[in-house]
Amino acid sequence: MAMTVTKPGPAADTAAGPSRRAKNFKSRVLIPYAMLAPGIILFLVFMAAPIVYTLVLSFQKKKVSGLGLGKGSQSQVFAGFENYVSALTDPEFLGSVLRVLLYGLILIPLMLGFALLFALLLDSRRTRAGSFSRTAIFLPYAVPAVISSLLWGFLYLPGVSPFHFLARQFGVALPSLLDPNLVTFAICNIALWGGVGFNMIVMYTSLKAVPSEIYEAAKLDGCSEIQTALRIKIPIIAPSLVMTALFSMIATLQVFAEPTTLRPLANSLSTSWSPLMLVYRDAFTRNDVYSAAATSIVIAAATFIISFLFLRVVQKRAFGQEN
Amino acid sequence: MTTLAPSRTSNTKSARTPKGAVSAHDKPSYLSTGILILGALYCLFPVIWVVAAASKDGNELFSTFTLAPSTHLWDNIVALTEYRDGLFWRWMANTALYAGVGAIVSTWVSALSGYVLAKFDFPGKSGIFKVLLMGVLVPGVILAIPQYLMLAQAGLTNTYWSVLLPQIISPYGIYLARIYAAASVPGDVIEAARTEGAKEMYIFNRIAAPMMLPGLVTIFLFQFVAIWNNFMLPYIMLGDDHLFPITVGLNGLLNQGASAPALYTLVLAGALLSIIPLVIMFLLLQRYWRVDLAAGAVKA
Repeated sequence: MAMTVTKPGPAADTAAGPSRRAKNFKSRVLIPYAMLAPGIILFLVFMAAPIVYTLVLSFQKKKVSGLGLGKGSQSQVFAGFENYVSALTDPEFLGSVLRVLLYGLILIPLMLGFALLFALLLDSRRTRAGSFSRTAIFLPYAVPAVISSLLWGFLYLPGVSPFHFLARQFGVALPSLLDPNLVTFAICNIALWGGVGFNMIVMYTSLKAVPSEIYEAAKLDGCSEIQTALRIKIPIIAPSLVMTALFSMIATLQVFAEPTTLRPLANSLSTSWSPLMLVYRDAFTRNDVYSAAATSIVIAAATFIISFLFLRVVQKRAFGQEN
Repeated sequence: MTTLAPSRTSNTKSARTPKGAVSAHDKPSYLSTGILILGALYCLFPVIWVVAAASKDGNELFSTFTLAPSTHLWDNIVALTEYRDGLFWRWMANTALYAGVGAIVSTWVSALSGYVLAKFDFPGKSGIFKVLLMGVLVPGVILAIPQYLMLAQAGLTNTYWSVLLPQIISPYGIYLARIYAAASVPGDVIEAARTEGAKEMYIFNRIAAPMMLPGLVTIFLFQFVAIWNNFMLPYIMLGDDHLFPITVGLNGLLNQGASAPALYTLVLAGALLSIIPLVIMFLLLQRYWRVDLAAGAVKA
């Protein structure tokens, strides 16, 4: 293990003798930092540096001199806030943000609502088939978004869908979920399918951590099961609800795999359906990393602002205390 | 909730015990059981469907009833295996490498960092922890494009490293490991080992890490699923389809299927084969999914 000190903090050493002081410094500073070195280095290289790099790129632009041919004819120049202005006024970007907002407004309440309902039902003593249902509902978490989008994508095709099959038997024509107007719901369903079980497990785990005496007391006081759920269980697991909501919001802003996988099956999905698809297209199809960087920063900033506002609103209950 | 059944003789499973003794009021409720089973069927439905669909040939896929199985499962698997000299199985092996090796290394780094943050007292500790917590909130895929540009400058794009290395650091894994270390490794044990003259890394590897093991399995599973689920990073980093994980590979196959529908049966057989190992792993390790996202707050 290399004894590299990455960030020597203020050595607030209070030991008496100089030799003990040196030994103390080694055990109090060098050893912990050496053991943290793999984590710190990976964090700096693969998280901090990319963020700084994106920031730098977002303030640059490509300058083409002459015909733009040959080495040296293209250079990187300072662009100020130009990329940000064009990102924030780009109708395609605004369109993708609106689509993702609608997607999140539909998905998050449904997903967390069902997750909470299932968790409470699992926790109820009167529910049977609990372990079967728990396993089955959690199972989709094992299926990556690409595979689940692929499965649902086929199930949405009117020629394959059992719902269209049944409707045809009754002579009813169902609209295809892959239609431009409905494709948001199609993607919501995929994300709901993949996410409800994970959130259910999170909530169920915190329900199990509640001492059962509380419920016994509530029962003695004449609380019905529904009252117990609403007045005792939900308030107690509030920190878990906050965390699941926060992580769901972050994931919503980043939706990428589902619409990208559905595209071959649904012509209505544009290459700029979600903000991240737009970033991908700008960076790799249009070779414009500068505006892609500015758009990334806007998305990251929005994520942070939403996260902090949200945590503030719920009074920092989740991350506030430790141990 | 309405109770429709006065007896519970029809239930093979006895009432749950962890929450104490079963009282006479705990009658089974058909309504709540029914809602849960509906949820379970919704979640199982695409999985059941893909088992049926993967057994059909190209014509049957769009002509027979969607849930009706056929007899071509083996033919489809053989055709998939023959597709470009077994490229599909190469994708499976790549996925196992990315998710398996990546998650093991990531778990070790998270465990070590979490252990130090929980059990050592050193200047700058709370600052480091706060920066890490902010890292939990950084949307991972935002990093993918700058990571691509940086790895391109190092000449590492389109290699296994480009997918493995960026996914080792996991602020959330470190956060969890810190909670597990604080809860499961007693300070006296560390002190006793130090008095015996054990080196710090020996104490971590041989004494602390085994004590944290159940928590480390959870971190491993989290990281395994995160890597296996991460589509954008390999999609950006890799150009050579021999390096693809299964997700990027099947996505490409589906894209080609838009012009050659014969590939659809291969895509569906591939989807079925790819979820089997994960489903088995999930069922075997289910008890480790005690996910307490807000553990620090709840246990306070």
